[in-house]
Amino acid sequence: MIDFLAANMAPIMFASLIVFLLFGYSVAFSLAACGLFFGFVGIEIGVPGMASLMQALPLRIFGIMQNDTLLAIPFFTFMGLILERSGMAEDLLDTIGQLFGPVRGGLAFAVILVGAMLAATTGVVAASVISMGLISLPIMLRYGYDRRVASGVIAASGTLAQIIPPSLVLIVLADQLGRSVGDLYKGAFIPGFTLTALYVVYVIGIAFMRPAWVPALPKEARSIREADGTAGLRSLAVLFLLSVALAVVFAKSRPAEVPTDESIVTSMCVGVGIAFVLSLANHYLKLGLLSRMAERVTFVLIPPLGLIFLVLGTIFLGIATPTEGGAMGATGALVMGLARRRIDLKLLRQAMDSTMKLSCFVVFILIGSTVFSLSFQGVDGPKWVEQLLTSLPGGQLGFLIVVNILIFFLAFFLDFFELSFIVIPLIGPVADKLGIDLVWFGVLLAVNMQTSFMHPPFGFALFYLRSVAPTTDYTDRVTSKPIAKVTTGQIYWGAVPFVLIQVLMVGLIIAFPALVSGGLAKAAALDTSNVKLEVQPNQEKTEMDANTLFGPATGSSGAASGPAPSSAQLDPLEQGAEAARK
Amino acid sequence: MLSRVHKNHHTEDTVTLLLALSRQIDRFSEWVGRWVAWLVLAAVLISAGNAVVRKVFNNSSNAFLEIQWYLFSAVFLLAAGYTLMRQDHVRIDVILSRFSKRTQIWIDIVGICFFLFPLVFVVIGLSWPLVARAIASGEMSSNAGGLIRWPVFALLPLGMLLLGVQGLSELIKRFAFLRGLVDDPTRRKQAKTAEEEFAEFLLQQQQPTAASVLHGKTGDD
Repeated sequence: MIDFLAANMAPIMFASLIVFLLFGYSVAFSLAACGLFFGFVGIEIGVPGMASLMQALPLRIFGIMQNDTLLAIPFFTFMGLILERSGMAEDLLDTIGQLFGPVRGGLAFAVILVGAMLAATTGVVAASVISMGLISLPIMLRYGYDRRVASGVIAASGTLAQIIPPSLVLIVLADQLGRSVGDLYKGAFIPGFTLTALYVVYVIGIAFMRPAWVPALPKEARSIREADGTAGLRSLAVLFLLSVALAVVFAKSRPAEVPTDESIVTSMCVGVGIAFVLSLANHYLKLGLLSRMAERVTFVLIPPLGLIFLVLGTIFLGIATPTEGGAMGATGALVMGLARRRIDLKLLRQAMDSTMKLSCFVVFILIGSTVFSLSFQGVDGPKWVEQLLTSLPGGQLGFLIVVNILIFFLAFFLDFFELSFIVIPLIGPVADKLGIDLVWFGVLLAVNMQTSFMHPPFGFALFYLRSVAPTTDYTDRVTSKPIAKVTTGQIYWGAVPFVLIQVLMVGLIIAFPALVSGGLAKAAALDTSNVKLEVQPNQEKTEMDANTLFGPATGSSGAASGPAPSSAQLDPLEQGAEAARK
Repeated sequence: MLSRVHKNHHTEDTVTLLLALSRQIDRFSEWVGRWVAWLVLAAVLISAGNAVVRKVFNNSSNAFLEIQWYLFSAVFLLAAGYTLMRQDHVRIDVILSRFSKRTQIWIDIVGICFFLFPLVFVVIGLSWPLVARAIASGEMSSNAGGLIRWPVFALLPLGMLLLGVQGLSELIKRFAFLRGLVDDPTRRKQAKTAEEEFAEFLLQQQQPTAASVLHGKTGDD
């Protein structure tokens, strides 16, 4: 009996973990209990090395405490909580809704674009879904949108916060996979925007196949208009083209040795700044050169773009680490909220309280999983998992398919923190052994885990949407027409096409690995050489000079099919640049 | 018969005493939580300030870098008991939610006794010698200008202690509930979640259109 136990400790321990978790007590303590139980059993029946592994526990927890990457969790959470009260999302939804409203499917496009923009400022799904559910959903229902399409678009656009940087999932995955947050950010840009584009394509498809599901706003619903009744779009287009042209001119005028990522960030600042100054001048000097629409659009875009600069721009300029970017963004959101008098002491306390509790439960899950993984190591668990996963037919591809199906189904029950802390430490090393690029792997898993928010019936985005969508029939204020409630079934069915899009995206990333590690991602390489103390384990391998963006594509594409490019593949100039950094 | 009455009286005394203890613990955790929350803001401002100062004045201090993780550790360790009280340690309730209330409470009791307490004891037991050694040696950070180490190391056993003490209070409340002495302790103390608060706030901002939508009222109120 003891022999059987000793020989099969790893699978028994893994099965027990599932029982412990399903028991229903807090995940953090269930994980720890499972680890401690098998630790003691292991010591009792004399599993070699178990005692010393358990001794290492406090040191491992000290390690968690010192982890600079995890510090980003409270920063981004706090930023999201402050930002949701600042009124930025409402303004954006309002104005962008007006801008796109006149075309078929326009409100849905507005929701997707605003969702993506909110996602790029911070990474909180709940805030996006609630804002859009309260502001856009009533308007969509008023003008006869199909309920499934409306709720699906809102829930899915809210989850974009999970994949578009900065996102907590990417931060946690980077930490667990031992890669730099900056690399995962770079890798996630194209998949994030591709996903946004796929959502848009889906809505376009509906607009053509089922026009009645996504009607255009009627004329009386368009409130931002000129005195003569026109929409003022021409003036907006002129302003847009002017800013873009000036930004491009500025970018071309920069000396060639300025890294591309830096000049992208600075030229964007120039372009946005010009639009802002023109709108300001027009507004206060009453020049009448710009339409109201052009002015409004510029003004509502400034706060999110400013925050994106603080959070991401400072990282790409090498001013801040990703963690500090979170702190900068949080400070920016705080300043914005205070300036608009939307933040008071009570709210600040609430935000700090929620942030504290979230950080606490997240880190305790990590502590629990650390206890588990220590004793799992003692019973040779990692070796067992590795044998299990490497013996799959199909090598890399077989492994990827199995892992993705596994995560997809686990995502019905576990959220991304639990998945990242429990599952990733088990499969990450195996992926590494199979020669899979871990940055690519992390982005792939992030896209997959995004579904955990959309899975009926437990998906959080659906849950939040349900909490704000009308549960009874009501009479619309504006049109005085009766509007039916949104049923839970409609919310679930609305999410299904988007879960399928997500699966499609996972397939696309596996089929075209360059989506993650391709040209732009490499070219936008992060130059953090002047940022101190950042954990960048893979820096030397993946960092390339940014100037390759407009030059011939020298970077190897498809990092999944091979290791990261060695320095031999870089051209001499880049080698020089790299040497200079050392 | 007489002795039985006496015995009941005696246990009731103990129960009252235990419930008073639990209330005191809750009040204490509440107080800790209220003050520790400010460290979140402190960490945010220090981290952002540090990045700006480094860029503008080309000057960086290791003390300021290290204080950030000291604060972060303080936040999640000292708040562990408070978070437990607020029922914010997430659980997988797929199966749990199908059980009766009493069974759920028993699951909590088992969880506290056999999941939570062992972790608390093991971590305190294993970490205390390291903390004591750090205090004795006055160990400093290896970075130039870094901070002294023992206060942050001491946060680990201290936080676990707070967690264990709050666990005791939760245990008392659950037993008392099973005897019908207190309200359901698993019901969240705060009436609303952060998300509900936010939704309500948005509705106020959106007056009155959205309010009528959410509450399903007719449009002419």
